Amino acid sequence: MSKPFTYALLLTILMVTAPHAGHLPLWVSALCGTLLLWRSYLTYSGNPLPKRWLLMLITITSSSGIFISFNTLFGREASVTLLILLTTLKLMELRTARDAIVLIYLACFTIITNFLYSQSIPTALYLFATLMVILTTWVRLQTPSITFKPCARITSILLLQAIPLALILFILFPRVQGPLWGLPQDAFASSGLDDKMSPGSLSRLSLSDEVAFRVSYTGDPPRREQMYWRGPVLWDFDGRTWTSGKAAQTAAPQFTELEQAIDYSVTLEPHNKTWLFALDLPDRISVSANLTHDFQVLSKEPVNTRLRYDVRSHLGYHANLHEAEWQIQRALQLPPFNPRARQLAEKWRANSENDAAVVQAVLTYFHQQDFLYTLEPPPLYANSVDDFLFETKQGFCEHYASTFVFLMRAAHIPARVVTGYQGGEFNDTGNYYIVRQSDAHAWAEVWLSGQGWVRIDPTAAIAPARVQSGLSAALPLMARNPPQWMRNLRLNWDTIANQWNQWVLGYNTERQFAFLTRLGIESVTWQKMVMSMAVGAGLVIALFALFMLRHMFAHRPDKIQTAWLKLCRKLAKIGLPRAAHEGAQDYAQRIATVRPDIADAIRDLATRYSALRYGMGQDEQTQREFIRLIKKFPSFRRITESS
Amino acid sequence: MNLSLNNVIHQAEQIILGKPQQIRLALTCLLARGHLLIEDLPGVGKTTLAQVLARTLGLKFQRIQFTSDLLPADILGVSVFQRDSAEFKFHPGPIFAQMILADEINRATPKAQSALLEAMEEQQVTIEGVTRVLPAPFFVIATQNPAHQVGTFLLPESQLDRFLMRIQMGYPDALAERGLLSGVDRREIITRLSPQMESAELLVLQQLVRKVFVSPALLDYIQAILRHTRESARYTHGLSPRAGLALLSAARAWALLDERNAVIPEDVQAVLPGVTSHRLQAVSEYQKHSSNTLTRELIEAVAIP
Repeated sequence: MSKPFTYALLLTILMVTAPHAGHLPLWVSALCGTLLLWRSYLTYSGNPLPKRWLLMLITITSSSGIFISFNTLFGREASVTLLILLTTLKLMELRTARDAIVLIYLACFTIITNFLYSQSIPTALYLFATLMVILTTWVRLQTPSITFKPCARITSILLLQAIPLALILFILFPRVQGPLWGLPQDAFASSGLDDKMSPGSLSRLSLSDEVAFRVSYTGDPPRREQMYWRGPVLWDFDGRTWTSGKAAQTAAPQFTELEQAIDYSVTLEPHNKTWLFALDLPDRISVSANLTHDFQVLSKEPVNTRLRYDVRSHLGYHANLHEAEWQIQRALQLPPFNPRARQLAEKWRANSENDAAVVQAVLTYFHQQDFLYTLEPPPLYANSVDDFLFETKQGFCEHYASTFVFLMRAAHIPARVVTGYQGGEFNDTGNYYIVRQSDAHAWAEVWLSGQGWVRIDPTAAIAPARVQSGLSAALPLMARNPPQWMRNLRLNWDTIANQWNQWVLGYNTERQFAFLTRLGIESVTWQKMVMSMAVGAGLVIALFALFMLRHMFAHRPDKIQTAWLKLCRKLAKIGLPRAAHEGAQDYAQRIATVRPDIADAIRDLATRYSALRYGMGQDEQTQREFIRLIKKFPSFRRITESS
Repeated sequence: MNLSLNNVIHQAEQIILGKPQQIRLALTCLLARGHLLIEDLPGVGKTTLAQVLARTLGLKFQRIQFTSDLLPADILGVSVFQRDSAEFKFHPGPIFAQMILADEINRATPKAQSALLEAMEEQQVTIEGVTRVLPAPFFVIATQNPAHQVGTFLLPESQLDRFLMRIQMGYPDALAERGLLSGVDRREIITRLSPQMESAELLVLQQLVRKVFVSPALLDYIQAILRHTRESARYTHGLSPRAGLALLSAARAWALLDERNAVIPEDVQAVLPGVTSHRLQAVSEYQKHSSNTLTRELIEAVAIP
């Protein structure tokens, strides 16, 4: 095995395993890196490969290590780790061409495992490049006399030819329900909203640029101030943390006086929780889901793949005008902390004639005092609401929502915290809104008799810009504010990624059927799909075959050469084959020494052939004469008889 | 006309025993208007070959012994002040001859080497602003000791390319050596040789070489050879287009020597080792093979289309 080839194989394995380095156990990544370096050094120095017992020892020890780390050898993590480790170890016993073939096939299998972790466009491009390297190495293995450059050209041609076939298979291969790559029990690293909220939890989230979901409106989009995407609703407060708690009973929500209907569709990134985000208040949804008593839309199963659903919401509503008594009681519970805040609330209660006036008083208080909207508020202690209201006066939306609800409850007005997302970034290239984790928000809802649950956003009283134009407008110094061109680039990229999600990764049974119907295939069945798949693939292969055959026929030998090759075949039968590089004269000379009986005839024919093929004048007469002589030349049996 | 060529070959073979192939290759090189580099140990008959060819072809012969202190002026010539006429007079150097034997060219400094090599390329020299055309035909046979000998400046690849062919003399076989040892002193014979051809006749032959027919089928073959050297992993780099042209013109000359008016693949194969051995370099892992092996492998690797 030549050195350049071994290096190419090392590069192949490095490219295949490198993307896994991040999520493998650290010791496995380190071990694989060491093995690769060791192997490169052995190739460089020309030292012999390690002994078999040493390899056995490493294999058994590290496999046991994996078993101990994961407690199993099955499942995604453990088996991928094992596969990568063994692939790298295989490099250490690379002796024959057979080992190299095994390694190349292993590499082809291992790149697929990358898709278990990421299916983004950069991953796909990277893996395509890796496939290029693998196949180039493979072509080089098959044809060692060619350098890598022509090998890479052959590989590109092969891959280009494979593209139409791959497309046909992608479009027509019958899909099973479910995502292309997700495993059902995958534990996705959960990012995004949680079902509890404490000071700091949302401000941490707002630093993340990750996409939560994308929205496209069927008609005109609502105003920004109306884009409140409802997530978990939090009822219970322990003095520091808000939790959703457990409802003792459930009752269906009652909506009345619905107006301002709006239709849109949401593409939700997997977050491994059950809630589906919708504008207040959702009316209809295209996937199976429950509407809870506090107006959350909950999916039946955790969302662990990208999910697309259509919703109709009403922006104008009266919700739960007649709220159940136990709900009202739940919305008034308070922990025994924060005496000063309670006092303040009692004072407002006494001075106001109705609930709405209390609400107004609190908002005015927030507005007039020196409250500051910031991502990095100072820490709060046991009486967190008191600390915030009277001491620090600096906070993010969770502080304002939490404090507001606390004051409401202290003033005997039923209230609860609602978390979710507010606003979003408009992508004018793709004509949709991107809602990111940084748009996470918390606000309040109070129950007013005669109006039902009413949304109050205390943050709007302190930093109206947050609600009207987004976080970066409200916190120009704290939030990263990229220049316009970078923003455009990001939006364009997001448009492409969205298309990729919708059409490549999200190409499921429904999309497939819809697409095929649009192509004109009536009443799609899987039998029809398999049929058209076979026909399409056959057509493509036939087309390539035709092209190549034509290429071959273009170099078909002329009649002089055909005749000459016929003579060569005749002579090959008596054990005197012509070498491919042997010229006619040399061949005749060689035959003449072995078979003096036919020497003159062969010499004459060889001279004629050279003259006809390489000479200047080729008149018909000599050509015909030559062909006639060849035909006349005794075939195998008669030559042997005469000798 | 080919009668005189045959006489030339015949006469040369009488003196240089057992080396018909080298004689033919040297003549081929001359007919194709190229220059010849002979690389071998001292004493295997390099100088004799040059002298015999010069004598037999009736060419004006000059020999330049290259040493480490050779200057360009020693090759090209100098202007010397004449006291009686009170002016500078140019004294042409040894380069103004029809056949030059540049002996042990790799012992001179690169500066002196390049003076010769430029003359070879341009067929003229420029001294003190005056361009002087060299006589025609102009043919250089350079000899070179193998690189591992002490005190040599190896010719760089770009200059090796100026030579159409590089051949090796090799030891004579036992029979030829016996004839050499028992016969008369070679130097004595050379002085008695009579020219078999005039230089004008040689120029006509050089013209004829260009008229030897080359069929498309043969060009296919040459291109297949070039492509193979460029795609194969055995060579550090493939043959240049100039090498392709050299191969073609040498093959033409060889065909003419063989009294044919069209080139056949055997002609290409005959001149290929001489034309390509100094232009091809094996990658390190194959370096243990000699350049002969390398060119033989090249011939065997390319099928005649």
